[in-house]
Amino acid sequence: MERDVNQALAREFGLNAEEYQRVLTIMGRTPSFTEFGVFSVMWSEHCSYKSSRVWLKQLPTKAPWVIHGPGENAGVVAIGDGLAAIFKMESHNHPSFIEPYQGAATGVGGILRDVFTMGARPIANLNALRFGNPNNPRTRRIVDGVVRGIGGYGNCVGVPTVGGEINFHPAYDGNPLVNAMTVGIAPVDRIFLSAAAGLGNPVVYVGSKTGRDGIHGATMASAEFDANSEEKRPTVQVGDPFTEKLLIEACLELMATDAIVAIQDMGAAGLTSSSVEMAGKGGVGIELNLDNVPAREIGMTAYEFMLSESQERMLMVLRPDREDVARAIFDKWDLDFAIIGHITDTGRITVRHQGEIKADIPLAPLNDQAPLYTRPTLETSKKEALNPARIEDRVGLTGALRTLIACPDLCSRAWVWDQYDSTVGGQTVKRPGAADAAVVKLEGLKRALALTTDCTPRYCLADPEAGGMQAVAEAWRNLTAVGARPLAITDNMNFGNPEKPEIMGQFAAAIRGMAAACEALDFPVVSGNVSLYNETEGRGILPTPAIGGLGVLEDAAQAVGISLAPWLDIVVVGATKGWLGQSLWLREIGGREDGAPPPVDLTVERANGDFVRSRILSGEIRACHDVADGGILVAIAEMAMESGTGARLSAHPRDIPGHAFWFGEDQGRYIVAVPDHASFIRAAEAAGIPTMKLGTSGGGDLTLPDGGTISVESLRADHQRFFKAWMDGDAAENRS
Amino acid sequence: MKATVTVMLKNGVLDPQGKAIAHALGTLGFDNVNDVRAGKVIELDLNETDAGKAKAQAEDMARKLLANGVIESFRVVVE
Amino acid sequence: MKAGIVVFPGINRERDMAIALELSTGVKPRMVWHKETDLSGLDLVVIPGGFSFGDYLRCGAMAARSPVMAAIHDHAARGGYILGVCNGFQILTEAGLLPGALLRNAGLRFLSMDANLRVERADTVFTRQYQKGQVFRSVMAHGDGNFFADTATLDRLDGEGLVAFRYADDNLNGSARAIAGVFSPNLRILGMMPHPEDMVDPLMGCTDGKPLFDALAAA
Repeated sequence: MERDVNQALAREFGLNAEEYQRVLTIMGRTPSFTEFGVFSVMWSEHCSYKSSRVWLKQLPTKAPWVIHGPGENAGVVAIGDGLAAIFKMESHNHPSFIEPYQGAATGVGGILRDVFTMGARPIANLNALRFGNPNNPRTRRIVDGVVRGIGGYGNCVGVPTVGGEINFHPAYDGNPLVNAMTVGIAPVDRIFLSAAAGLGNPVVYVGSKTGRDGIHGATMASAEFDANSEEKRPTVQVGDPFTEKLLIEACLELMATDAIVAIQDMGAAGLTSSSVEMAGKGGVGIELNLDNVPAREIGMTAYEFMLSESQERMLMVLRPDREDVARAIFDKWDLDFAIIGHITDTGRITVRHQGEIKADIPLAPLNDQAPLYTRPTLETSKKEALNPARIEDRVGLTGALRTLIACPDLCSRAWVWDQYDSTVGGQTVKRPGAADAAVVKLEGLKRALALTTDCTPRYCLADPEAGGMQAVAEAWRNLTAVGARPLAITDNMNFGNPEKPEIMGQFAAAIRGMAAACEALDFPVVSGNVSLYNETEGRGILPTPAIGGLGVLEDAAQAVGISLAPWLDIVVVGATKGWLGQSLWLREIGGREDGAPPPVDLTVERANGDFVRSRILSGEIRACHDVADGGILVAIAEMAMESGTGARLSAHPRDIPGHAFWFGEDQGRYIVAVPDHASFIRAAEAAGIPTMKLGTSGGGDLTLPDGGTISVESLRADHQRFFKAWMDGDAAENRS
Repeated sequence: MKATVTVMLKNGVLDPQGKAIAHALGTLGFDNVNDVRAGKVIELDLNETDAGKAKAQAEDMARKLLANGVIESFRVVVE
Repeated sequence: MKAGIVVFPGINRERDMAIALELSTGVKPRMVWHKETDLSGLDLVVIPGGFSFGDYLRCGAMAARSPVMAAIHDHAARGGYILGVCNGFQILTEAGLLPGALLRNAGLRFLSMDANLRVERADTVFTRQYQKGQVFRSVMAHGDGNFFADTATLDRLDGEGLVAFRYADDNLNGSARAIAGVFSPNLRILGMMPHPEDMVDPLMGCTDGKPLFDALAAA
């Protein structure tokens, strides 16, 4: 059904009056319904980055090891042995709220395609998840669906899910965040790009058939939710991981030949964005005949074909003499293979359907004249740094520790990880929870990758610049803590409505902080994704610039985890001042989210990290854990729970109240376990790195400096209680 | 003709999905549910006009693939 | 020992299996596509884990009716060795080469974690490098590992010593009599849910699965 194109339809499709006028000017006439559909999705926030582009340009994207930065389907970095790591993180927030299982599953499917479309075999998945208040009954249903969806898709395609993070906060009640990251490996000289070339070359469609699913998903991802959002359910796509697995194998098989000129997955805005981007990047034209597109439903219109977001589909430009080679491979894998068009020199996209030209749009203005906004920004006002001496401790160390390690944000995530296949592939050296970063070895080599996702949204709300900086620094720190050399990041910027100056101010400040950290740590951004309008009825999420970090280890055997072995000295690296502002102790024990978040000193960060890494690689450090949420004592408890070995802690810092010392969240710190603290501390002093001995490992109890003693077993029981009770307890049966 | 094959777990085979559904219904206040069994329905569009033959074909398909006789029973309805 | 790994569409642990076999035998196994029909020359046929045909309909149902299965039945009839792990185990039961069936896990959730297995007999070509009663670590990763058979079949398996492994600690998937793996009556076919192939390299935390492949390599 075609509708009249006018101002009213423009509004419905998410284009404002000025944008609509621009379409009319480019076309020199009123566009057809199909043409207007193409404009509306290409110019949606999701595809055009119209609010964020001016800011994203500030991020450092270059380093000697960067092969392709932002602009391709995923970022590409050289990792040695002639190999490249190809990786990206992408959000599927809105679909996951409407239909958690399929939303999360297709999020995993989409990011996998972004990576293997560049020639990489995917070797690891991670995911950064934020959910609403656990006491909200809907949160449990969403967590259950999202976890099942991630597992359902990732387990089936046979890519191990090795890491990620989960936070809870009421600000995500109406807008959970599902950010999925995939990492793949390819030879550096076999990277595939999307720029189309070659007059007359065939344009080939492969994968699943096209149905009406997901039409206008990209515009949905660019709008706020309201009370009627549940009715948007029909536009959610359904994932088929089995077909995706076949698509991975078939594409990799074809990529081993010389048949492919260009390739791109059909993600958001499906055939529209893939064909427009491929032709646009190549500076050529493209002609499509929709009669040849494999269809799952009958009677589909040109508009529906162009905007469908059916999953598990790819678009390729082939060398004309290699069609048969390609067809044979896709036949072998029982996947659809259809020539649906060819490359032209017109600089236009021309779409034919049933003997008519349904769309004919000049590509250059469609791409170059896409709206670009420098929206007004309002800076978040700075919060006061809290004086720890003025914050009373009514609970003591033992009680606070037990509360913290049991709270939703710090409790064991094993219930979640146990539903993800983390070992398929046989290369997972450090599984979820075993180390600060996941470590995945490269098949047949000693080399390994370290992978992590990080962000502390409560810091970002209190001070977006410090929070953005901290997110990058923490990713760098987590890679360092396993012994890896951090190489690059992918970012997933999740924010509220960019038309509000305070939200745009958060975005701009977060970018500023991230850029500074990337610069100081030689840790460039090579890919990313922006998700805006994460608001429901005017209430926005916490600003959440999720960072996916990648590092490399020359030898997987050098990787260390957090597991605490007996009879080692426990030392904290980095200075402790007892920063309680925005700490979990303050929130969970003190009952308030208050104060400035801990600042990151990037020079200190780098010095501390470089020192720790060198001591891991020399074999001196046997276990290492960065100090993050919950501070020193939570970090040590986590190390003890991982191994079952306890510790006796004896440090008595002067000048800092005990609760601030043990639970403060000062940045740039690591807990390390070493055989001999004296020689370790001497080396640190020589390098100008502050350290302090905290105690010694051994036994089955954690003995605190105030004399309190907790068995590691009972800590574990507290730590593991929340998810099981919440999800599998008697109250949790309302799901199937 | 259309043949509908209903595949159910045999009596005596534990059906955790059915149990979970029963429990969920209970928590929603449906307290008169004695038992729930979950199975699957497979609809076949057959190129066949004779109902008897269609049924025989569908039953053959059920025996050979659609149901696993170790754990499942099936029922065919042709219309 | 000449080994071949059968690859159905959707299988995803064939690479893990190839690594484990090569490590023990010193030779790369032959990868056999599911449309092939000739398995001559193979001593051992391995069906690895994954989601053949997406696990749609029932796990292993469609793979068990693939073209290659006739050759696998012939191989079994010749007395050839067959190892089916995870989805491979499901396929072997669906094909009638092993008794029972694998139902959804009792908790209705996918289970991905280490599992300790107790060796029930150590006088088979698969298990002779373990001791009877020995407990070894393996990895499980499945949504449908709940072994089911009727009581008569279970009694026969127990009575004839055809249970290969049992879960030594928690029987999380709810398997009948905690059965994790079974043999065919001639002890030449083994099906098991957990993955010994992911426990052959100390870097992955443990090598408890390696004796199974070493034993096969020496056969």
